[in-house]
Amino acid sequence: MPESNERATLLNVQKLRKVYESSTGNVEAIGDIGFRMDAGELVCIVGPSGCGKTTLLKCIAGLLRPTSGIVELDGKRVTSPPDKMALVFQEYGRSLYPWLTVRGNVELPLKHKKLSRADRDRLIDDALTAVGLDHAAKSYPWQLSGGMQQRVAIARAVAYQPEVLIMDEPFAAVDAQTRADLEDLVRTLHRERGMSILFVTHDIDESVYLGERVIVLSKSPTWVQEDLAIDLAPERDQITTRALPRFTELRTHVYEQIQRAKRGEAVRPAP
Amino acid sequence: MTLYTSTVVTPRRPARVWAKIGENTLYAIGLPVILVVLWGIWATVAPAQFFPSPVELIEAFVETWIGPAFFTDVLPSLARLGIGILVSIAVGIAAGTLIGLNRWLRDLLEPMLEFFRAVPPPVLLPIVVVLMGPTDAMKVVVIVVGSVWPILLNTIEGVRSTDSVMTETARSFAVSRSERLRFLVLPAASPRIMAGVRQSLSIALILMVISELGYSSSGLGFQIVYFQRNYLIAEMWSGILLLGLIGVLLAAIFGFVERRVLRWYHGIKEVERA
Repeated sequence: MPESNERATLLNVQKLRKVYESSTGNVEAIGDIGFRMDAGELVCIVGPSGCGKTTLLKCIAGLLRPTSGIVELDGKRVTSPPDKMALVFQEYGRSLYPWLTVRGNVELPLKHKKLSRADRDRLIDDALTAVGLDHAAKSYPWQLSGGMQQRVAIARAVAYQPEVLIMDEPFAAVDAQTRADLEDLVRTLHRERGMSILFVTHDIDESVYLGERVIVLSKSPTWVQEDLAIDLAPERDQITTRALPRFTELRTHVYEQIQRAKRGEAVRPAP
Repeated sequence: MTLYTSTVVTPRRPARVWAKIGENTLYAIGLPVILVVLWGIWATVAPAQFFPSPVELIEAFVETWIGPAFFTDVLPSLARLGIGILVSIAVGIAAGTLIGLNRWLRDLLEPMLEFFRAVPPPVLLPIVVVLMGPTDAMKVVVIVVGSVWPILLNTIEGVRSTDSVMTETARSFAVSRSERLRFLVLPAASPRIMAGVRQSLSIALILMVISELGYSSSGLGFQIVYFQRNYLIAEMWSGILLLGLIGVLLAAIFGFVERRVLRWYHGIKEVERA
């Protein structure tokens, strides 16, 4: 694994704050979040439920305007959805278009990229093979199981060739076995293709198993409670890695942090 | 990595398909056949001046409509109906998409649209005649003015209720506006749009007849009234029969198109029911 200081900063989030205004009063969803992510990193974000993870992601993806603070991708301010970013949502059923085939879904975001027919086909085939769905290209999403649908969403993101892939609790709605397979798929994409992935989850084990770093968020109004480096070997395996004493230590540590976050015991550092 | 081999629909065996079609046809024509037989018996037992027997009706039908009348009355009526429906669909979808996508336009127009929709379309006939004279264009306009509403209102509703996650997906992948319209907004609204078109078809047929009743010298509606005023009862009934057949034909064409356009929609419904 290359040293992290050799990598260039890809994503820079500084003093991010989001307040939802409503008739019954303002709700401060995000207090002050700041972190950096380097190119080629796999960073997991965990936090207690309702801590504003999705709000954070939408701000990073340019889908939501933060109340204050900076989101930079490659040194450029994010004000609208940037070209170099791909999203995988939790609700695969609502993020894939049922009137398009699997292939059509993967192809759609590529249409406005100036690519030759052959290049585009190559990207699509490559992405479908990477997620193990090359045999289902002509099927419709609703003919597939939940896990396979989420693979289609991942293939769509892979074919798009983003600089950063953002995943919002992507495996929350699939069964445990499928989930393990998909986790390994994410690891493989990260290792073999060097993809930078920002992975939001509420599953502590998943975050430790997947991430090179785990960012623990506090409860709302949210700030970064801990930024933890995961010093497990890059080669990971569902059975052996999860049985390592170090894995248990790390997951226990994150678990305790989340418990503290829930109880609101952690004290926010002075700005 | 694990590869999944499940999925994918297997085609039904042809023999069973034909058996199914045969069974459906039997169900579809069974009751009409029984009723026609009963009607024939009734007409023989107790003949009535205003209710011809099926045989008389068929004779009148062939005599009246198969021949020059087909070209002078039926075809022009059908052409006006077809143009009226196509214009309604085009105007309804175009305007509906525009209004559905613009919140301010929707807020501005919606109360007024509800008002116009509530006006019974036949009462517009005298106004349109005064404005346009007894021309073909007038009849098409009457059809359009009456049948555009279901398509328009359903398109607005369908476009407005596009799933938020689907929209965010398109935005996050920087899909362009025109692509979003073509690959997201219109397909997402298509079930609603088709429901609107289905309602419009029957309204259009009614208005085709009405537009020919008073201010015309040819056409199906004109002929039916003409026969009635001249006590040509069997001929009058044959016109009504023809209108019914046109309605059935319209529904068949609609069903054919709908099955193709909404293949994915019916597929999902089938999966959900399974």
